Amino acid sequence: MNRKWILPTLYILFLMLPIYGLLSMSFKTTNEILGGFSFFPQQFTLENYTKIFTDPTWYNGYINSLIYVVINTFISVSVALPAAYAFSRYRFLGDKHLFFWLLTNRMAPPAVFALPFFQLYSSIELFDTHIAVALAHCLFNIPLAVWILEGFMSGIPKELDETAYLDGYSFWRFFIRIFIPTIAAGIGVAMFFCFMYSWVELLLAQTLTSVEAKPIAATMTRTASTSGYELGLLAAAGSLTIIPGAFVIYFVRNYIAKGFALGRV
Amino acid sequence: MRKTTNQKAWWLVVPVLLLVAFNAFIPLMTVVNYSVQETFGNNAFFWEGVTWFEKVLRSERFHDSLLRQLLFTGMIISIEVPLGIAVALSMPRKGPWVSVCLVLMALPLLIPWNVVGAMWNIFALPDIGLLGYTLNSMGFDYNFTQQPVSAWMTTVVMDVWHWTSLVVLLCYAGLCSIPDAYYQAAHIDGASRWAVFRYIQLPKMKRVLTIAILLRFMDSFMIYTEPFVLTGGGPGNTTTFLSIDLVKIALGQFDLGPAAAMSLIYFLIVLLVCWVFYTVMMRNEEQ
Repeated sequence: MNRKWILPTLYILFLMLPIYGLLSMSFKTTNEILGGFSFFPQQFTLENYTKIFTDPTWYNGYINSLIYVVINTFISVSVALPAAYAFSRYRFLGDKHLFFWLLTNRMAPPAVFALPFFQLYSSIELFDTHIAVALAHCLFNIPLAVWILEGFMSGIPKELDETAYLDGYSFWRFFIRIFIPTIAAGIGVAMFFCFMYSWVELLLAQTLTSVEAKPIAATMTRTASTSGYELGLLAAAGSLTIIPGAFVIYFVRNYIAKGFALGRV
Repeated sequence: MRKTTNQKAWWLVVPVLLLVAFNAFIPLMTVVNYSVQETFGNNAFFWEGVTWFEKVLRSERFHDSLLRQLLFTGMIISIEVPLGIAVALSMPRKGPWVSVCLVLMALPLLIPWNVVGAMWNIFALPDIGLLGYTLNSMGFDYNFTQQPVSAWMTTVVMDVWHWTSLVVLLCYAGLCSIPDAYYQAAHIDGASRWAVFRYIQLPKMKRVLTIAILLRFMDSFMIYTEPFVLTGGGPGNTTTFLSIDLVKIALGQFDLGPAAAMSLIYFLIVLLVCWVFYTVMMRNEEQ
């Protein structure tokens, strides 16, 4: 029984090694990186980070990414809330088919949609805006949010609704004043997942932007291919993308496990 | 839960329906449109019928990337699921270490996919990366940019690194929902460790495991960014999975017809597998 900690420890060690490799490289100079392997940075430098925080093409990438991720999270969760309520409480014509159809959009490979999305958003003149990426990410985030919220809502007894209606609450008043606070944890988890999938997605975000709304991930790939072999800079940019995620995880750490199970273990 | 029939509930679903339909129907119809036509530019289109579908289904290139895709998905699921269960089983249930474990394990899930690719690229570089350098100095001949086997291993290990935590977190959630009384009863009955796993823990994890396998299947089947950044589909075509191949045809060569036909076939395969999973899952739930 006491040897149980070995496996998780080894596993976490395995998870941390590549991250360490990235971090240590971000503190090295280009010459040192190309000169050969060293476990610790020999000539410790913050040059790579300074470059990112002073060059607008770099730090704007982070701002752009955060803007569309926040818009997307907000849209996805607010439209998913009433829908999830409908799925968890009522039977209606075609409900099961609709639910499965929603999930199929979570299954559509973004590569299939890249080109049509480009044409669609160009034709309505939203190309290269934050809102375009935010709307495009709704394709897979709304179904996910509905799925998660439905799970959480099914865990709330229906007596709560019935009592509220008997007390004379209208639907929307009940929904906003009583129901939403009750499933606050579920909303947190759904927001976490929307944030996560929107933050990590690159293909659609890159296809739908060129200059104004270019996400950090795209800045990285384009830099990698144009300016040659600036591994230190790339590593520093990569290390910085881990921070928002780590920040979000820390806040929802007690709910992650439950959210991954979509609330209905 | 008992549900009441209420057709007015449709109104609550309308916003979701509109937004998703806008994003799903129009692009999907565009793809269907391209898949049955030939174009020579200038927006001139000619009806082609099912020619593209036949061509794609017969082409060796499609068979190869589909085969690679199936092999890859099979490999990562058969590694990630047992490993994930094992880690979840040995994780602490209470105490300060739970949060530490959860936060550290969830970290790879929140790293942008291209950064995952870039990170592993750096990590595995033969002469200057931590992994590549270590393997080579231990006497292995390892170079993922030139050897197909190394490239495959690196891609698979990268995916295991990236996504096993998802399985761990799901299984852990399943395990946490088992009341202590079950274990006490098993203890009184003198059940072996294996019996506890087989008859208490596994049944409780069945639902979350289905979700885990479903999610892993869907996501690994549409994997694009990570292997693209890591190996670029190479060396040669050895790690060109379906999505990479599709983007090469659609955006690289601008062969819209074949690319569209391939997209639809690809989407149908994913849909079919997921439908089977979903039906099985729902049936289990109703029992």
